[in-house]
Amino acid sequence: MNIVNFTPVTALTGGLLIGLSVALFFILNGRMIGISGIASNFLVSKNNRIENFLFLVGLILGPLIYNLISGKEINISISSSLILLIIGGAMVGFGTRLSGGCTSGHGISGISRFSLRSIIATITFMLVGILTVLITGIL
Amino acid sequence: MNKVISLLCGIIFGIGLVISEMINPEKVLGFLNIFRDWDPSLAFVMIGALIVSTPIFHLFKKKNKPVFSSNFSIPTNKELDKKLIIGSILFGAGWGLIGLCPGPAITSIALFNMSSAIFVISMFIGFYLASKVN
Repeated sequence: MNIVNFTPVTALTGGLLIGLSVALFFILNGRMIGISGIASNFLVSKNNRIENFLFLVGLILGPLIYNLISGKEINISISSSLILLIIGGAMVGFGTRLSGGCTSGHGISGISRFSLRSIIATITFMLVGILTVLITGIL
Repeated sequence: MNKVISLLCGIIFGIGLVISEMINPEKVLGFLNIFRDWDPSLAFVMIGALIVSTPIFHLFKKKNKPVFSSNFSIPTNKELDKKLIIGSILFGAGWGLIGLCPGPAITSIALFNMSSAIFVISMFIGFYLASKVN
């Protein structure tokens, strides 16, 4: 194992902002943030639909506002083929709703509550993610 | 007021994903690549988020109500069932395949990236199908 591209300061700063968002949403609106829950409820449920929609709009405005303030370009790199994007997207969508949470809902909000369900879910998706990267790297 | 808070929290969360670079699948896949060239950064994203959200949750859950809402809504499901494990396995595999999870995927719509747009559409179809099963 080699350590590469390690950026602890920006990672921690971004993490603190994510934690702040979760904390504010709980103190002010009374709900725990889970992005898969917010996004899928926006699609399938009438409850809090406007709030859920506005949260998603906020997510998308985030990079635009960051770009406006900092003047920095945001570059991302996705090298997956079309068919993998479709399969991967469906697995992420279906899987997160079946288990009731994603990286934010289980990994942050759930672990904050010390929920055993969320701790088990987070360990599971992390290990499977690591295993998947290991396998696709060999193929 | 709930609506303004929702928009604001979405913006803060989105900026957090950009600054931490969690929005970049290459970075996420680097984090999951622990057996070869490992980029531990995303562990720091999680630590950063948890050191804020954990104490705030335990401090405020004892209060009667949130500031702009009539009651707290905290998940009550404690069941450790097959759905939890199978769902997490599917999610982990999809995450490891592409490097996108729901938050960064939706946030990356702002960048007009065709690949992430296809991923997001497919993810919403997954949400819909799961709602029919659950």
